[in-house]
This record gives sequence, structure tokens and C-alpha cells, in this order.
Amino acid sequence: MNEPKYAVILVDSTSHAMRIERLLNSADIDCKMIPVPRQLSSDCGVCVRVRFDDVDRVKKQLEHDRVEFQVIYDI
Amino acid sequence: MIYFDNTATSFPKPPCVAEAMVKFMNDIGANPGRSGHRLAIESGRIVYNAREAVAELFQLADPMRIVFTSNVTEALNLALHGLLKPGDHVITSSMEHNSMMRPLRCLEQKGVEVTVIPCSQQGRLDPADIESAIQPNTVMVALNHASNVTGSVLPIEKVGLIARAHDLLFLVDAAQTAGVLTIDIEKDCIDLLGFTGHKSLYGPMGTGGLIVGERVDLNAFDMIKCGGTGSRSEHENQPEFLPDKFESGTPNAVGLAGLNASLRWILTQGVDQIRSHEIRLTKLLIAGLKTIPRVQVYGTLNAEQQIATVSFNVLGKEPSEIGLRLDEEFDILCRVGLHCSPASHKTMGTFPAGTVRFGLGFFNTKEQVDYAIAAIRKLAEEVK
Repeated sequence: MNEPKYAVILVDSTSHAMRIERLLNSADIDCKMIPVPRQLSSDCGVCVRVRFDDVDRVKKQLEHDRVEFQVIYDI
Repeated sequence: MIYFDNTATSFPKPPCVAEAMVKFMNDIGANPGRSGHRLAIESGRIVYNAREAVAELFQLADPMRIVFTSNVTEALNLALHGLLKPGDHVITSSMEHNSMMRPLRCLEQKGVEVTVIPCSQQGRLDPADIESAIQPNTVMVALNHASNVTGSVLPIEKVGLIARAHDLLFLVDAAQTAGVLTIDIEKDCIDLLGFTGHKSLYGPMGTGGLIVGERVDLNAFDMIKCGGTGSRSEHENQPEFLPDKFESGTPNAVGLAGLNASLRWILTQGVDQIRSHEIRLTKLLIAGLKTIPRVQVYGTLNAEQQIATVSFNVLGKEPSEIGLRLDEEFDILCRVGLHCSPASHKTMGTFPAGTVRFGLGFFNTKEQVDYAIAAIRKLAEEVK
């Protein structure tokens, strides 16, 4: 099986997604805000997509910035 | 035309404010935080940028603790109605605007106990009076940072320390001071800070917010409105996290685009620079008015201890007549009367006629102040 290419960070609200985007950008980690994939949640909001290879860095960065997020899924 | 009504709302605004708003209306337009398409995301980003700018201005670590409201009145109503329960006791001052006093009087009808600490005729508050009013059921001190009538600055740092020492919530109304006095949420022990966008933050009307500190128990903080937030849409119950718990309904994104621009402008100018300019003008104004016979100036008479709002009367003439003649004959726009603050005027001894109020701002000049002093001198000379 191929490795997944992306992972998405699910968050409470768009404001939280914006904050994560800003923090990841300042840490030079690529990310993009996308609508939450339906298979993950019935929420109508956005989530933050990152490269699968960056997931460890992302986790470390968000822990460092003490930002809350719900979960990170591979897609 | 000379605009001396910046205490009511600042005018003009820095050009970047209208530019940002026009750009939002023409090029972005989408509902922030709702859909996931690129315009909705761009719109959400603008709202978030405004949140970050507010956080930077007040040295706030977490921008999520800013709840946007339509103005400071809504922010104060949220804090007071959301947190005070029947049987609770709250302490406030006699220099409050009706945006604080009316919700408190409304809550009083519902069983909240309210103590109003009298200030001096100059609008000064003795922090020791706050401390001696504390009772076993006191839960909050709610205070104006600066009077919208005399401009007097209240000693929030000292009151904050007292509130913290007694484990009380400290609510500050920064309607007149956000953007012109340095406010440090942490250092000043502020738990709740209400601000408005359209006065000394130089943003558009319809913007403002409440900063909710970490000591505030969110479980004991009721919403005053519920509704769509764009988050947790699968649930029919209101989300419990900030800011969504208190931000229901489509926000004023175009207004927040303007507020974001004005906040960046303030951060670039520097709060200290704005304050210095206003102190210079206020000193000139007070000194000039004091030299005119039959003119009485109210407040501290000390530009360092007040904001750029100066109240005065020409003895022998009604404030309303002065206001009309300044407008019609001298092209000076100001506000006369009670300024939505009967409590302040009772404290100053100017109730019910009120005063003439000059509210200066960053865009006013020394020449305008000189011209206005000359105008008042002319009007005062008519009194025999």
C-alpha cells in the first residue's frame, strides 16, 4: 500500500484553523486550508491539510505553541 | 470644518480603513468561517488577522480569547448579563457611561446588588473606596478606564490589584482608551476588557469586542445569544469553546477588515506617539480655555491624567446654544449635553444641563485648537 500523501488537522473552528495556518507558516511548514472531508466529520467548516511527511514536525510545532486541535488524520 | 467629536466616534479615519473595506466588499465578500471555498477562507483570514492585531495591541497571548461584538456596549452587556447572577454583588464607579450603568441597573431589578462608588467632582476615584465596599458576596469590579465626559483616567492598575487580591473578576470598559493608553491585560490584572473599534482604534462603527481572561470560568459564563457559528454544525447545542460560544451569527467581516487595517495603522504609529500628540493638544486646550473669563473647565485640568476629552461650560450660556453656534458660525463640530452619562454629570455637578465637550483626536492640529479657543473667547465675551 502506498503511503498517504497528506494529513489533515481537524480543529474546533475556522478561527483555530487560521491560527494553526499562521503558526505553521511562521515555522516554514507548508499547509493549506481545505473543507473538512465528509468521511472525517459532518462539520461544515475547514481543516488544515499538511504533507504526510511533515506530520511529526507539525505535532511538535503545535505542542510547542500550545495550540489545541482535535486529531490528525492521514488522507 | 473642525471635527472635535472624536469621543463619540473618531473622524476622519486613516485612509487604509476604507480601502480595506472596499477591497473586502469588491473582491472577497464571502461569509467567514462558514464554507470551505477560497473566498470564505480569505474572509475568515481577514477576521482572524483582526483578532491577532487586537491580541498584539493588548499583549494577549491567545487570540481565541477575543470575542468580537458589534461595539463595547454589547461587550459590556455580555460580560455583565453573562456572569452576574441574582445575589451577586458588583462594584462600579459614579463616572460610568450608560453602557455600563444601564445593564447594571437592569440586573439590579433581577436581584444583583450594585454599589456605585462616588468619585470626586474632578472625576477621580480613590481605590481604597473600592476595597472598603467589598462584601462576602462581591464577585466583580466593573470600571470605566477613562470618562467620556471629563476624560479623567481611573486608576485601573491599582483597582486591578485589589480585585485580584480579593479574587474578584475585574471588568474594564476601554471604550475611550483602547489605542491611546497602553493596556496590558496581564499586568493590569484585567479579567474582562470591553473595547470598541470606532473611537480611538480608528476603525469602523459596528466593531468591538470582549477579551475574556483565563480566570473567567466559561462554564459559569452564559451566552446572551446562541446560533450558527460555522463550527460543530452537527450539534444543536452551542459550542462551549472560545470564541464560538459567544460569536453566533454572521460577523461584521467588512467592519473587521476595516478594524484590522486601523489596528495595523495604530501599531505602526505606536500608541505612545498617538498619546503624546493628544497630550500636547489637550494641554493647549485646557490652558487656553482656563484663560477665558466665565469659562469653567471640568475634570483633572491635567493633560497627563486624562485623555483628549475636555468638558467645559460658558457660564451664562446653555451648552446647547454653544454647540449650535460653534457648528453654524465657527464650523466646529462637538457634542453638548449629558453624553450618555448622567452619573458623571451628577458627580461633576453639571446635571441636568450638561457641558460642552471637545473630543480631540490624532488628526486634530494645534491650529484647530487655537481657533477653537478664540471662538469660545468670542462667545464668552457676549455674556454680560
